[in-house]
This record gives sequence, C-alpha cells and structure tokens, in this order.
Amino acid sequence: MKARRARILALWLASVAAAVGVVAHARYITDLSAFLPAKPTPLQQLLVDQLRDGPASRLILIALEDGDPKDRAQISTAMVHRLRNDAEFSSVDNGEPLAAERDRDFLFQHRYLLSNAVTAQRFSAAGLKAAIEETIQDLASSTGLMLKSLVPHDPTGETLRIIDQLTRTQGPQTQDGVWVSADGARALMIAQTAAPGSDTDAQERALETIRGAFRSSLGSAGSGAAATHLRLSGPGVFAVAARAKIKRAALRLSIVSSILVIGVLLAVYRSIAALVLGLLPVATGALLGIAAVALVFGVVHGITLGFGITLIGESVDYSIYFFIQSLRREAGSASESWQRLLWPTIRLGMLTSVCGFASLLPSGFPGLAQLGLYSISGLIAAALVTRFVLPELLPHGFKIRDVAPLGLRMGRLRDSMRGRGGFAIGGTACAIAVIAFAVLYRHHDTLWNRELSRLSPMSVEDLRYDAKLRADLGAADVLDIVIVGGPTLEAVLRGAESAGSTLQTLIDAGIIGEFDTPANYLPSLATQQARRSALPDPQVLHDHLQLALAGLDLGADQLAPFIADVEARSQWAACVSARLLAGAFAVAWESENHELVGALVEYHSARGTFSTDLPADGGIEFSRVATAPAPMVDADELAMVAGGPSAGPGRSLTRLGPLPPLQMDPTGGPLLAEYRERLTEAREQADDIMARARKAADTAESEAKAEGNAKRDELVAAATRDIEAETRRSLQQIRKEVADLTVLATEKVTRKSLDADDQRRLVEDALSEVDFTSLSGSESSN
Amino acid sequence: MRLRALGLCLSILASAAAHGAADGLDEIMHSLGERRHGEVSFVEQQFLSLLKRPVESSGVLIYDAPDRLEKRTLEPHPESLLVAGNVLTVQRGQRRHVLELKSYPQVLPFVESIRATLAGDRAALERVFRLEFAGNFARWTLVLVPLDAHLAKTVSQIQIDGSRDDLLKVEIRQADGDRSLMTLRPRPSP
Repeated sequence: MKARRARILALWLASVAAAVGVVAHARYITDLSAFLPAKPTPLQQLLVDQLRDGPASRLILIALEDGDPKDRAQISTAMVHRLRNDAEFSSVDNGEPLAAERDRDFLFQHRYLLSNAVTAQRFSAAGLKAAIEETIQDLASSTGLMLKSLVPHDPTGETLRIIDQLTRTQGPQTQDGVWVSADGARALMIAQTAAPGSDTDAQERALETIRGAFRSSLGSAGSGAAATHLRLSGPGVFAVAARAKIKRAALRLSIVSSILVIGVLLAVYRSIAALVLGLLPVATGALLGIAAVALVFGVVHGITLGFGITLIGESVDYSIYFFIQSLRREAGSASESWQRLLWPTIRLGMLTSVCGFASLLPSGFPGLAQLGLYSISGLIAAALVTRFVLPELLPHGFKIRDVAPLGLRMGRLRDSMRGRGGFAIGGTACAIAVIAFAVLYRHHDTLWNRELSRLSPMSVEDLRYDAKLRADLGAADVLDIVIVGGPTLEAVLRGAESAGSTLQTLIDAGIIGEFDTPANYLPSLATQQARRSALPDPQVLHDHLQLALAGLDLGADQLAPFIADVEARSQWAACVSARLLAGAFAVAWESENHELVGALVEYHSARGTFSTDLPADGGIEFSRVATAPAPMVDADELAMVAGGPSAGPGRSLTRLGPLPPLQMDPTGGPLLAEYRERLTEAREQADDIMARARKAADTAESEAKAEGNAKRDELVAAATRDIEAETRRSLQQIRKEVADLTVLATEKVTRKSLDADDQRRLVEDALSEVDFTSLSGSESSN
Repeated sequence: MRLRALGLCLSILASAAAHGAADGLDEIMHSLGERRHGEVSFVEQQFLSLLKRPVESSGVLIYDAPDRLEKRTLEPHPESLLVAGNVLTVQRGQRRHVLELKSYPQVLPFVESIRATLAGDRAALERVFRLEFAGNFARWTLVLVPLDAHLAKTVSQIQIDGSRDDLLKVEIRQADGDRSLMTLRPRPSP
C-alpha cells in the first residue's frame, strides 16, 4: 500500500515537473491569426502571411501633430536621419528627396534595361521616327526646356518613361520638404521594421526607439517644438497595445476570479488544507493542458489560456464530490464507497465533456483545435488527480466541515417561502423569463456578431485614426491582387511580367483602370537580356537613324551621344539586380540578409503597392509572393487573367477574387451577408466566363473556319470546367467557414461545447440561410 | 557758381529721371495689382539649337489674383500647368504631377516672372530678380535678371513687354543661347 502511494505521488510530481518545464519554454502568441483557417486557400494564406510577417505588418505610421508646421518639418527631418541609421528599421521615409540626383543618374544610365518600351521594333527606322517625333513634341511643352539636355543621349525618351513607370502612385503632399496630411495638420513618416510584425517584443523596442528619436529631435527645432506631439499607428503599434491590454485584463480577471473562488471555498470549508486540496485537480489540469498544447502545436495561443480555464473549471466539482464522500468516511469503507459510488459519476461527467470538446479537435482553426486539446487533457488530468492522487494526499482523519446544517437552513428558508410569498416569487420568476425572452426576440437580428474584429481589443477610434493616416499617406487602394508564386525571384518576376501583359490588354480594353507590378521597378533578368539584345549594332542603328530623321527637325549630328551610349553597351552593368536598384535609391540595406529582395521593393510593398517576400522557412507554397494590385472594376474581369497564358512549369499564376475586407474594419457588415454577396458575384462571374468564352470562340471561328469548331468546343469546355471547379471550391469553402463560425459563435454564447447533433443542426440552420441553389444552375427552390 | 548751379540742375534732373522710372514701374505694378482675373491666348515659340526649326505651341493663360496662374496648352498637345500658391500641378494626358515649388528652384524663374508681374507684386519680383525698367505706362519693357548665381546658369534673362496693364510678350533667354518667345493676345470676350 505504501509502495503504491509512493509510486502514484512520484508519477504525479514527475508529470507536474515536466509540464512546468514545457510551459516555461513554450511560445505564446496573442494575435488573431489563430482564428484563421489552418489549411487556407491562397488568398487566406496571403492574408495570414501579410498579417503576421508581411511588409504591411512591419509598417509603423508616424504622425507629428500640434505645434508649428515648420517645427514639425524640422523634427520630421531630424527623426528620419536618426532612424535611418538604426538597424531596427529596414526603411524610414518622410518624403525628403533622397539623393535625387543620384537616382536620376542611375535611371538614366540603365534606361535601356529598365524602360518597358525597349523592343527591337522601337529601334527600327519606323520605330525611331515615331519615338523621336514624340520627343520633339515633348520639347514644345512647358517642360521642354528642362528635357533638352537629355535629348542628344536619349532621343527616344526612355528616361522619362521610366520616371513615369516609377511615379505611378502619387505620394502624399509635401510641405517644407516633408510629407504632410491633406489638411497640412500633421507631418507624416513611414517606418518599416526589420523584424517581422509577429515579433511583438521587437515591435515594442522599435516603437520605443521612435519615441526616443522624437524626444532627441525636439531640440533641433524651434523653441515652440515642445507643443508638437508624436502619434504612432500601424499593426505593430496595435499588437503591442493589444498585448498590454490583454495582459492587464487577464491579470485583473484572474485575480478577481481567484479571490471569488477561494473566498467561496474558504467560506464553506473553513480549512486551508481543504482549499489547497480542492484546487489541486484543476491546477494540475490547467498545467498539463497548456503543456499538451505546447507539445502538439508548438505555440500556445493567449485565447486558449483565457477560454480554456473556464472550460475546465468544472473540474473544481470533482474534488467537491470527493470531499462530500469524505464526510461519510467511516469504518474504513471509505475508499471502497468512493470508488463504487462517486467516482463513476465524475468519470461519466468527465467523459461527456471530453467527447464534447473532442469535436473541436478537427477544427480548421488552430485556435479552436488548441482549446479542444487543452480542455480534454486538462479534464482527464484533473479527474485522474481526483481519483488517484487526492485519496493518497488526504491527511489521516481529514474531514471537511459538515455542510449539512447549511443545507438544512436553506431548505427551511425555502419551505417558509413556499408557505407565504411563494406565489409572488413564482410570478416574479415567470415575469423575468418573459421579459428576457422579449428582449432576446427584439434584438434577434443584432444578437449574433460574426465579426472577428470584435475579438480585437483595439478601440474603434484607434482603427479610424489608422485608416485616416493611411489615407493621408496615399497608400494605394488595393482592390484586387494577383498572386504570382515561384521558386526564385526571377521566376516570380517573369510570372509578374506575364500577368502584367495580360492585365495590360484589360487596360487597353478599358476594363480596368490601372495596375502596378514589381516588374515596373525591377524587370526580370530574361526581360533585361531581351531588351539588351533588342538594341541594334552601332552601324545598323546609325543607318536606321538616318532613315528615321528624314523630314524631322532633328539633325543626326546632334544625336552622336545616343549612338555612343548604345555602342558602350558592353560597359553597362550586366543587369539591374534588386540590390543594385535598392542601392541606387539609397534605402537602408540589410547587409546581413543577402536573400532579401531590394529595399525599394520593400518600400513600395510597405505602401501597399506590391510585395515580393522571401520565405522565413521555405515551407510555404506561396511564400514567395509577388502581388500586383489591380483596381479592377469588377471581380469577374480577373477571369480573363486566368484565361491568359500559363506562366510556365514551376510557377503558378493564381486568380483570386476581391479581397474580403480585412477584419480590422470596425464598420464592416456581418460575414453571412458578405457570403451571400460573394455567391451572387460568383454566379454573375460564371455567366460572364461563358459569355466571354463564346465570344472568343466566335471570333476564333470567323478567323479560322477550319479550326473554329474544335477551338470553340475547347474554349466552351474549358470555361465550363472553370466554372464547375470555381463553384465547387467556393461552395465548399463557404460551407466550411459558415459551419465553423456558427459553432464558434454558439459556443461563445452558451459557454459549453456542442455535441455532434447540435452542431449538425446549427450548421444546417445557418447554411439554409445561404442560397446555394443559385449556383447550381437550377432555379432557386429555397 | 555756374558750375555749382549746373551740378544742382543735373542732380535734380537725374533724381527726377530715376524717380520717373520708379514711378512708371510702380504705376504699372499698381495697375496690374488691381486686376483680379485675366485671360489671354498665347503662342509660344521655342528656339532650340538642337532643332532646325522653332517648335510652336499655343493655348490660354489664365490668371486669378493673387497667386493662381494656369497655362493651358491646347496645340499641338493638350497640357495644363497650374501654379496655385506654392504648388505646381502638371497634367498631361492621364498623368498628373504635383510638385512643391520650393523643392524645384529651377522652375521658379519661369513661374514667378509672369505670376508676380501679373500680381503687380514688385517685392516678390525683387526677391528673385534684378529689375530693369524702360519705357512709359503706354509702352514698357521690364527686364528680369536672376539674382541667384545658380539660377543664372539656366536663365540669363527674362524680358516682358507690355502696354498699360497688359502683357504683350514674354521672352526667356537661357544661358546656353536657346530662347522661348511667348506672344500674348487678349481673348475676344465670350
């Protein structure tokens, strides 16, 4: 008996010690990404990546408010100079012209590699004539006087073209040489941290560095500078604030709830020993639960800890059962009656809870799966401790206070009430129930909130301020994104170029307004090579030029520098690399990270223009992502992009619908409505794909009668396949998301896990709200 | 004695002449400053050593007191160049560039010569140029020479010919010998 007791206690202590070790070394995360699906679609993957580590997540928006505009400009300049020298930031910008002279020089030198107009055709006699005619017209314009020094070297106007390519997006306004908001009331800066946005500690350090730079920069401005205030916004700022807020709230709540639980138990037991023993199962359960989650998932989500403890709270009851039994501990039959009478009750309760929580395990949301594992392992551990450890730890003759007298007093109170005001009490209870029901019914439309943003601890005001700063900074309004994946930067750039040429046809057709792509800033090596070889030999160029200049006002002798420049081709840099480009634009370079794509690219991605991210671990399929925001008029226009030429093996061109509004938007509508909308769109999209395919097929047919039929069939079949795949995919996705969210929302309200039947019923209810029949092609029968 | 009298006469004459010149410019400036709005058509010829023949463009020049000047080129290619306060906006086709004048000092003489003259703002002119005035109210010539040595490397001088409160001709001579000549004509009232 003694040996058995020692073994049990040793086993328990060893598990607790091991769990403490695991818990102490576990990584804890607090962002909401745990409630994004684990097996995401490319779009969701992009969002998750961007939310966690993407350039956008590393963005800190800095605003200087109040005080004098001149002081703000001076402080802004001083801050930028300080921060640029800090390795914590990969780029810091306030609109101050950066080595503008050098930039222009670089663009001028590499004009034939960077300009997207360079083709063999442009350097033929006819091409040259057209280009030079245009240049002469430019000379006549008001900017002509400033251009003329370029013309002898660059008669085709490639330098101007590149500047146009690069200045597609208009930056914020400048005043006194620095960026300011539209109303001029704020000086603006953008900083991008070197550390990923998910590294909250690093973000916190970066924010402190910025505040320090602000304090030291106050001295460099006028005497009124002290009136100026610093305000920061952006994902990093939110993450740091949210973590602090969650920490404070968690600490406060756990202190309050601990005091309440301990107070009630002490009041009833009036014994410290009973209190400690009573909390032993739940404490062991919580500890082992966290350890289990850390072991299986690698990271523990903050929300798992918060929700989890309420889910396994019921294990406090286990020890209460056990103590009640100890009251009847007489004549040595105690252990036997415990095992025979009360343990089966606890076991049954525990098993039903475990089964309920098990339904969370296969959830597509890591946060829910963690909750499931935590509750299951916690409850099992708590039950085992109650069953095996508690009896061994009970001091000899331990007895909790007999609470029967309390129960008897309560019973008498009830009886006396029944005698006198019983009817009134019953009536009051009924009235309360009726009122509660009425209130619920009245608010049944707004009762359910399906927005993830409600879990965000940031205030609506903070989010609005963030949106305002973004608008002030003129960050591109990204309506649609084309993702190009590939194993190397070169492959991604080639993919982006191929997608770009398809998008260009949409611009020509007037379907979309504008798009931006990394290839505008950094052409692929293949393209640069093609441009280099598109330039003719000096003798040929000379001949072409003679022909081209006939009848023009420009003499060939004026263009000698042009021919010399082309001839000097062998002295050009072999190609413009990301590194070269970044160096030219004098943006801080992360010398330690040789893999890093150009800082210019980084900078533009920070402003929402595009991103080419390198993978952190190389494990994610879409980790090298180049995106080109394309303000599409309609989502379905992108269908044409999908119909474009494949980017080739090893690369994938993925078509995505419009981005759902990020969950940060405090004014967004409920998700279900959005799904409805998306389905309607999908339906329209399907019709449109068919219409386009037919049209394309018709054209093809009239052009080549012989091939026409085959081509037509092929196109229609391809379109049908596309539609079917698309429909299946969206239906599955939407079903799954609606199902998961329904379960989550219900559980949040009822605070208990649902059994499988409940889940199915709820899910069916929710799905019946969404009209899927509109997609199946048959008439709606809902 | 006679010599002294002659000297006195000369000095009086000289000061009167100087006074008259200053008076003439002030009068014109005052008269120009009275105008709140003006709209003229222009033809601009640019004589560039690079090209065999001058290139020509034409359009409308619109001024609104105190500091808004728009040069709207219609031929051969539509383009709008708008200076309002400290901001220069260039619109060509779909492209729109917004610049802060202060960041592009090389543009300043082109803009300020016409704008400050139209505004009758002598002080603004004198901040950038040395002024040489000749003629009278009915027919005058104002020559502007950049004060800044750096600017003088681009623009050697700007000559504005006018009559009363109308500008007739603006000639910009560049340091390298190229020049542009803008001829202004009142638009027929609509």
